[in-house]
Amino acid sequence: MADAAAPTGTLRGTLGRMRRSIEPATLSAFGCIAVLLLLGSLYSSSFLSPEYLLQQLKVASFLGVIATGMMIVILLGQIDLSLPWVVAVGGMMATAATGWGPIGVALAIPVGIACGVALGLVNGFGVAFLRLPSMVVTLAVNAVAQGLMVVHTGGFSPQDASSPAMRFIATGHSLFGIPNALLVWAAVGAAAVFLLTRTTFGRTVYAIGNRERAAYLSGAPTRTVVMAAFALSGGLSAFGGVLLAGYASKAAQAMGDPYLLPAIAAVVLGGTSILGGRGSYIGTVAGVILITLLQSILSVMQIEEFVRHIVYGVMIIAMLLVYGRSRRYSA
Amino acid sequence: MSGDWPYRLREHRGTLLAFLAFAVMFAIYAFNHPAGLNANVATNAANKGVLLALVAMAQTLVVLTSGIDLSVGMVMVLANCLASVIVVGSGPATALGALAVLGLGGVCGAINGLIVIYGRLQPIVTTIATSAVYYGVALALRRVPGGDINAALADALTGQLFGGVPASLVLLLALVLLVWLPFRRSAIGRAAYAVGSSELAAYMSGVPIRRAKLVAYTLSGLLASVAGLFLTCITYSGEASAANGNTYTLYSIAAVVLGGVSLFGGSGSAIGAIFGALMFRTIGDLLFVFNLEPLWQPLFQGLVLTAAVCLGAVRLLRVRNRLDLYG
Repeated sequence: MADAAAPTGTLRGTLGRMRRSIEPATLSAFGCIAVLLLLGSLYSSSFLSPEYLLQQLKVASFLGVIATGMMIVILLGQIDLSLPWVVAVGGMMATAATGWGPIGVALAIPVGIACGVALGLVNGFGVAFLRLPSMVVTLAVNAVAQGLMVVHTGGFSPQDASSPAMRFIATGHSLFGIPNALLVWAAVGAAAVFLLTRTTFGRTVYAIGNRERAAYLSGAPTRTVVMAAFALSGGLSAFGGVLLAGYASKAAQAMGDPYLLPAIAAVVLGGTSILGGRGSYIGTVAGVILITLLQSILSVMQIEEFVRHIVYGVMIIAMLLVYGRSRRYSA
Repeated sequence: MSGDWPYRLREHRGTLLAFLAFAVMFAIYAFNHPAGLNANVATNAANKGVLLALVAMAQTLVVLTSGIDLSVGMVMVLANCLASVIVVGSGPATALGALAVLGLGGVCGAINGLIVIYGRLQPIVTTIATSAVYYGVALALRRVPGGDINAALADALTGQLFGGVPASLVLLLALVLLVWLPFRRSAIGRAAYAVGSSELAAYMSGVPIRRAKLVAYTLSGLLASVAGLFLTCITYSGEASAANGNTYTLYSIAAVVLGGVSLFGGSGSAIGAIFGALMFRTIGDLLFVFNLEPLWQPLFQGLVLTAAVCLGAVRLLRVRNRLDLYG
């Protein structure tokens, strides 16, 4: 009897742990995805075909990579509004590097990411050391990045076509026809999960998000961590820009603009508290897929553009009202 | 009254600094302008400045309650599109149309407020989502740029009064006297400041938190729609431009920061934000006066904004206890 009971006990224990570790918000987000697919399949059965779903996951990968950085910053209780032009800097500097000859072609992707990291470090310095509100620091860096890119394109007319490597990671297919972009997102996601749950860095990010003063008093290197988090966010945004430039085979000035709001919405819909300290990466994954599906279904149904915007906004508000509400009064 | 001037000076320091910085910049601009400072140059500069100042005022009201309104630009665009449709025709029709535009702005602001207050969502995500909705409505009203506005109204608002005074400045002054000052001096206005300083303390003191926030958000929408109406007067047309909306939202935050309004809420004034907005506009014009390549203008504006933001770090020098750095 005891032998038979033990495995079921552990199984139940594992299931219980799993249920507890997945937050209700994440479950709601996945529930919303299921409802969306169901509604879509009523319209056309092709919404459930593997090709369509794989295509959506590929499109979601770009937002997924970008939202990963945003999530880490939001976990700190901060926000990164420099995302639009850091994405553009990533894409444009990578393609510009491609024009520098063979070495540039080889270094295109790292150059793009490095530029994003540099801008992220400026953000991080302003927030961590100058103690300025992240909303204005990142806004200012966004404006500077825009100015730099305008001077860069206008003054030096750099190359804007992406390198073969960029096109390969953004549009190619590898094993079993899985899009490379999806594999890239999976790798970034796995690294993020490891970083957030298994390292001191991740623990400190959550601690700072809950109460920075307590984290500081516990001896955590809060300023370094904040700076590193913003650098990560900048690097990932720029990497997203590199991927987007590869996907469209060219970089453009306003390429990052459509990604700021979806990135924040995806992170928040995935159950990460905008006040910081709470949230899981699996939730962000759900949020990213949810936003991508919502946009795709609205455009596939050939609804007029203005209705799409209205529905998009109303859906985000509605979903947040269901499970994203904050406590009644904050100090 | 006489003994408390250091306190009063401290309270208005941000506003005064913004005014001084603007005065210096505008003086440089005016003295170096090729045509000199005549009424037309002043009117042109005033029209551009007032447009941003109106949006900045709208942003200030929400920021004072320690919120943020990322939909001000879109409310302006929406009002611009609606104005280009209904503020036309005879005098009474134009007046009714203008009232409807302002009403719509108030409704947009109130929707933001209601969702933030009763839905208990964070202002930043709420206004991101509602700005998508407002943009959709604007697009429905104006699928392609165009439309018209009553020419008499447009000329009156963008022209000159009493032989030389820009009418837009009079409009701005009227709004300060009729909207901002009554709000600032009313119990509701004080409540808005209290909510921005500490919502918990305000709640414990029996301050009408919800009413204060709702009034702040509604007035913010109203001011944004005045900006939209004014934009229509300048351009004589309506355009559902997402880029325009986003730009004005970002510039409004920049103006608020330059104007010495704390983004943490509870301190600053709309008058400071107005000077912040005028300053931000003058920076752009300075480049034109000094014949710098227009190519460098965005970078220059970004660097000035960065410098202004970094001025906020001066408070670090006054911190005695390191723990005060960590909230």
